[in-house]
Amino acid sequence: MNRRNFIQSGALFAGGLLISFKIPTAKKMAALGEAKAGVPFSPNAFLNIGTDNSITVVLSHVEMGQGIWTTLPMLIAEELDVSLDQITVKHGGADKIFDHTLYGVQITGGSSTTWSEFDRYRNAGATARTLLTQAASKRSGIPIQDCKTENGTVTAGERKFTYGELAADAALLPVPENIPLRNKADWKYIGKSIKRLDAKVKTNGEAIFGMDIQFPGLLTAIVVHPPVFGGKVKSFNDSNSKAVSGVRQVVKIPTGIAIIADHYYAAQQGKKALQVIWESSSNAGLSTIKQTAAYKKLAATNGQTVQEKGDAGAGLLKSVKTLKAEYVFPYLAHAPMEPLNCTVKLEKDSCEIWTGTQIPTTDQAAAAKILGLAPEKIKINVPFLGGGFGRRATPTSDFVSEAVHIAKACGKPVKLVWSREDDIRGGFYRPFVVHNVTTGLDQNGMPTAWKHNIVGQSIMKGAANVLGELKTPIDDTSVEGVKGSPYLTSIPDHFVGLHTTKELIPVLWFRSVGYTHTAYVMETMMDELAHNAGSDPVEYRRGFFKEHPRHLAALDLVAEKGNWKEALPAGRFKGVAVAESFGSYVASIAEVSISNGQVKVHKIDCAIDCGLAVNPEGVKAQVESGIIFGLTMALYGEISIKDGKVQQNNFYDYKIGRIHESPEINVYIVDSDDKMGGVGECSVPPTAPAIANAIFAATGKRVYNLPLMNHQLLAKK
Amino acid sequence: MTVLNVNEKAYEIDASKDMPLLWALRDLLGLTGTKFGCGVAQCGACTVHLDGEAVRSCVTKIERAVGKRITTIEGLSPDSDHPLQKAWIEFDVPQCGYCQSGQIMSAAVLLRENPTPTDQDIDDAMAGNICRCGTYLRIRAAIHQAAKMQREGKKS
Repeated sequence: MNRRNFIQSGALFAGGLLISFKIPTAKKMAALGEAKAGVPFSPNAFLNIGTDNSITVVLSHVEMGQGIWTTLPMLIAEELDVSLDQITVKHGGADKIFDHTLYGVQITGGSSTTWSEFDRYRNAGATARTLLTQAASKRSGIPIQDCKTENGTVTAGERKFTYGELAADAALLPVPENIPLRNKADWKYIGKSIKRLDAKVKTNGEAIFGMDIQFPGLLTAIVVHPPVFGGKVKSFNDSNSKAVSGVRQVVKIPTGIAIIADHYYAAQQGKKALQVIWESSSNAGLSTIKQTAAYKKLAATNGQTVQEKGDAGAGLLKSVKTLKAEYVFPYLAHAPMEPLNCTVKLEKDSCEIWTGTQIPTTDQAAAAKILGLAPEKIKINVPFLGGGFGRRATPTSDFVSEAVHIAKACGKPVKLVWSREDDIRGGFYRPFVVHNVTTGLDQNGMPTAWKHNIVGQSIMKGAANVLGELKTPIDDTSVEGVKGSPYLTSIPDHFVGLHTTKELIPVLWFRSVGYTHTAYVMETMMDELAHNAGSDPVEYRRGFFKEHPRHLAALDLVAEKGNWKEALPAGRFKGVAVAESFGSYVASIAEVSISNGQVKVHKIDCAIDCGLAVNPEGVKAQVESGIIFGLTMALYGEISIKDGKVQQNNFYDYKIGRIHESPEINVYIVDSDDKMGGVGECSVPPTAPAIANAIFAATGKRVYNLPLMNHQLLAKK
Repeated sequence: MTVLNVNEKAYEIDASKDMPLLWALRDLLGLTGTKFGCGVAQCGACTVHLDGEAVRSCVTKIERAVGKRITTIEGLSPDSDHPLQKAWIEFDVPQCGYCQSGQIMSAAVLLRENPTPTDQDIDDAMAGNICRCGTYLRIRAAIHQAAKMQREGKKS
């Protein structure tokens, strides 16, 4: 392969000539080389070293709070021998070179950034260091083994070169392969707590989010969306809207009516003045009450087989005792703090887009299709994301497509801004899900049979353009956490079934996806079994983890650190839960009290085994974040439907946990050399069931549907 | 023309008097550090100071701000060196960061009024600010740290 294809030089930069090393993995490069024979690689790369000594790390994944703005540069710094304060960080745009190393598409999700980039980013740093060392050796005549790198310099005998001085020479050398990476014992950064590199700009107003994109001539658009999913515009009268000072245009687009104005306030006034008549939608009769009844009915029957062993029906008949439970989980809106937005600037044969997205190339393809342009004619700029949680990875590119349609219709640069109401009412929710579980027990209270049916919409069926067609009728994101549960594998007769439903309400992955409900079901059910057997809930679970050492390690660590065996003061109660998700193992203990019919969560102790913790403080911050997210979901999370309309509007009726509701949180990281897993989502799953199990300890009652705010809780006398 | 005094500078703007201050700051003056989160004073992302008092700029009409000193996150300190800003960095508070301007502006009023806030004082002052990333515990710790820095700074 011609090295010039992936070592680029010649771009003029502020300090002079900029030399870029483009260093993807050799394998990936080979594949790309074949795919694009004769075409130069796009000017994106993971690491650029300028002759001005600038060191720029380009992120293949996006920063939405999870801390990879710090973690990925740590991986490069470790191998490149530079300090973190020498590094400038930026997001890559949409480019195939940034495809996920496992998923084969550019995506930030699945709690996968750190483990999936662990080798690629370290390799980028190591390759650059090797080239710079070779350049120093050539220039000085000192043998390469006597050249030493330190803090952005190479010392060769008496001479010392900065990386910038060597960058131009290094760019002309053939790229070495199979460079050994540093041993763990020599790590300076990996495994150490490193402070966030984006903290300063996020405390002084300098950080630029999609919402903050501004340039002369840019207009703001708001869209009036149908009140019922699937609704279409029948007719509209925009004369009052157009009379509003600052309103420029009113245009009909596929998803509603867009008001385009000089600024948000004018667009908002224009929206209020618009008169629209909607065609009725087939969804107009849908209500949460009807949906609950229909899903419960389905859940009582066997769905498509997800997992089966022995004969669950016969096993239940043989059992000494059965326990039945029916669980209902509502739709949930992600509600990232930064409302969805997208800026589009159309030129004659090209288009530039600025948006906080988790899937840049998917959005690029969607825009290209709408505009009839080749994808490479669409430049995607990704500023900071004001939260994502899955909502900024919409396979339909909903808000990006909407913005492109508006720009196309009005012919001017435009920033689409969704209001909070648009966000809460705009769909792409965690699915509404019902579980029906029957367990059969032996005389010792151990489960010998388990029948489990799940009802809900498929997320992945709507995501084929991103992650490919489903290979089986079963969408794993509907059943993950039940399927493959360590509890089920030991039960001789068990059946897990899935009914996949269809609704006009769009659904989407939501922080920790299927585990948001499956962990709740499995962990509250196991708690119920433990109490039924008169066993300690930790000890009862331990019995199932003989061949699951990582579950056990997390559970044991939290039980020890959280003083599980010690009695609490009067009025305080605790519950435990443990869940594997995204390759990590998390166990939590919640401590609660009950007053005025509601739960107060005082403390959560949490242990995580994520394998190597690249930035332990970052892991702790994410675990805390997931716990608060799980707490909000447990206490308040509910999108309900009546007459086809979403009942919630804004933070006053779609509540988010606040500071006074935040418990004390203690995070413990299992010292583990096991395979690396995810972090960002993994503390969400055990949070709600740990709280629910503590509520049982307090009240003697099980909570089978969330959120908790809908229950009047009463402490045991 | 309306004159607004923002971060000790006078700006002339052409806008109706009922325009929320948030949009005047963001869309007319380009001061994008103040964030839009909900538009109905529920999340606190748009918090700024009006003559030193914390207000939700999304529901504060510009006519109420005329003749008053408006301070935004950009004007909180000359070099991002307010004790809260330093403590926020020290405690790795921000995650996505979108709410943090508002959090810091709310906390700044608390610290000025109450140099030794308790956890309860912090909860009371900060309950109007939502953080979807759930950085609340770090916010609380950072406010205590900033209070300490402020006290020590005043002694020396």
